[in-house]
Amino acid sequence: MSPTPHESEGTAPRTLAQKVWDAHTVRTGGQQPDLLYIDLHLLHEVTSPQAFDGLRVAGRKVRRTDLTIATEDHNTPTDNLFTIADPTSRKQIETLRANCEEFGVRIHSLGDENQGVVHVVGPQLGLTQPGMTVVCGDSHTSTHGAFGSIAFGIGTSEVEHVLATQTLPQAKPKYMAVTVNGSLPEGVSAKDLILKIISITGTGGGKGHIVEYRGQAIEELSMEGRMTVCNMSIEWGAKAGMIAPDEKTAAYVKGRPHAPQGEDWDAAVAYWQTLKTDEGAVFDKEIVIDAASLSPFVTWGTNPGQGVELSGTVPAPEDFEDPIARTTAAGALEYMGLEAGTPMREIGVDVVFLGSCTNGRIEDLRTAAEVIKGRKVAETVNMMVVPGSAKVREQAIAEGLDKVFIDAGADWRFAGCSMCLGMNPDQLTPGQRAASTSNRNFEGRQGKGGRTHLVSPAVAAATAVTGHLASPADL
Amino acid sequence: MDKFTTHTGSVAPLRRSNVDTDQIIPAVYLKRVTKTGFEDGLFAEWREDEKFLLNQPEYRSATILVTGTEFGTGSSREHAVWALKDYGFKAVIAPRFGDIFRGNSLKNGLLTVELPEAAVEELWLRAELHPEAETTVDLEACEVRAGDRTWGFEFDEFLRWRMMEGLDDVALTLRDEDKIAGFESNRDAWRPRTLPAQV
Repeated sequence: MSPTPHESEGTAPRTLAQKVWDAHTVRTGGQQPDLLYIDLHLLHEVTSPQAFDGLRVAGRKVRRTDLTIATEDHNTPTDNLFTIADPTSRKQIETLRANCEEFGVRIHSLGDENQGVVHVVGPQLGLTQPGMTVVCGDSHTSTHGAFGSIAFGIGTSEVEHVLATQTLPQAKPKYMAVTVNGSLPEGVSAKDLILKIISITGTGGGKGHIVEYRGQAIEELSMEGRMTVCNMSIEWGAKAGMIAPDEKTAAYVKGRPHAPQGEDWDAAVAYWQTLKTDEGAVFDKEIVIDAASLSPFVTWGTNPGQGVELSGTVPAPEDFEDPIARTTAAGALEYMGLEAGTPMREIGVDVVFLGSCTNGRIEDLRTAAEVIKGRKVAETVNMMVVPGSAKVREQAIAEGLDKVFIDAGADWRFAGCSMCLGMNPDQLTPGQRAASTSNRNFEGRQGKGGRTHLVSPAVAAATAVTGHLASPADL
Repeated sequence: MDKFTTHTGSVAPLRRSNVDTDQIIPAVYLKRVTKTGFEDGLFAEWREDEKFLLNQPEYRSATILVTGTEFGTGSSREHAVWALKDYGFKAVIAPRFGDIFRGNSLKNGLLTVELPEAAVEELWLRAELHPEAETTVDLEACEVRAGDRTWGFEFDEFLRWRMMEGLDDVALTLRDEDKIAGFESNRDAWRPRTLPAQV
């Protein structure tokens, strides 16, 4: 076997991220940024059309169609699989299909069992594996870091660059550790943990850093929980989030359609076992969190850093020392239509959205179904359940989860990004308030004038039952 | 890409921080398959308010946006940069930018400059008092100049060169095509491939 790049590195202690970075540098040193090789490039309809156009204009091909895959998610309807009513959305989907056909890129279209939110589809197919570099024209690409890969979102110019060269010039990042000691208490999920982290760091706290989440609470998370944590790394400005692969990671990958097999599996696992931060490796920054102190966490404002314990109250602008945070809080309260001092549990909602690349996987649906089983969605609430992919939907149906949601009065939909972002028909109307398992509570994110509280799947389900923000313990 | 060396124009003082890319251009405007025509989407929701900054006649011809910290966080949509450019902005000044937005801006000839909050405050006050006053963003000298005030800024030397030359990243990278091919010939055989499709 010829030596691979990762075997040729020196012996100085390195972080997990440094190891993966070093194993992918095509070019390093000199005045230019490092040139990173990209192992997997995921495409969707919104950020790719101008990139394919760029290739056409320059007469270039897709360099590695065998490391590229596309699906349709942002624009797709979730009430049916075939009719995209909005002509501009339809045009965007049709453009993706035509581009994939022309350039020889594999695509999973509406109606295909592997269609779905791009960050659910990659891991589901076993294409996301430890020690890779994964990019996509979507900021939530950080999701794939849960496998111990460097995964990050890129702009359309960079999509074109990766299509043409399978590489990306990247300035060397800084490295940060978030160490979560102890175990999460019963009823506290990965989503609560990451919302808490973002509330500590603010939306820019991770800027320029690849973050490694580690510690007992992280090790104890399932792979899907780890994906939820890494998914929201971008919400505190981190370049990427990652978690060292372990036996859970290998077990999750094993047997999936694109998992290595036979001798390849052994070689892959042998490499994956080297993917951990060495003793003595130095991080540029570290945050330490005590898991035992956590409880269900929700947002009150208009950025994901504006969060508070579900047991807490809406803060007042004066609670913030920093003048910018104070002004931002005042604006957020006005947009959200909230009074300072209101207990979070007294905030009533009109819509509950369960889904997205953050919380649209099978475990999320199971968690919510367990809470809602035998109960009814409050009459004042419209609960929308949107599986992350067609395959997740199929699995949920096989487990009878669809019946649980339908019997409770929830709206059981087809896979897609849905209400996570207002570019398909699933949108809030002005003034409507939602408890949402998605990742962004920005103004207008879920529809013009819509008001979003980010929550975990368990809190979403309990909220659907009571009609106001609640945890399963309140039922 | 357009070359950028220096630009002089008037300032639009956007006194907001944490302006994420959903605010710069809401998702509903991302459905075009072209790189232009996004000016309508720029700050679309805020522009419905007649009191919004860009609806004031004195700021309509501004070409430099000066804004609060964490500008361009969130979604990777390059449309945010295209919308700012299509509207007529040539440069954006803020204490700090979202990483992906910053990278996107510099690939499209929209100069993004980081200045300390005190400098941003001064530029805001100046533009509020004298909307017509001109400011210069000079990439060659790495300086922002307004009246008798000058602020230096840091800028990555490589990115500065690329922007001043208006160079395209793909062409630059393809100069190292042999290195890419060399890397590929050494990749582990077990690394996953999307083709042939296994489902």
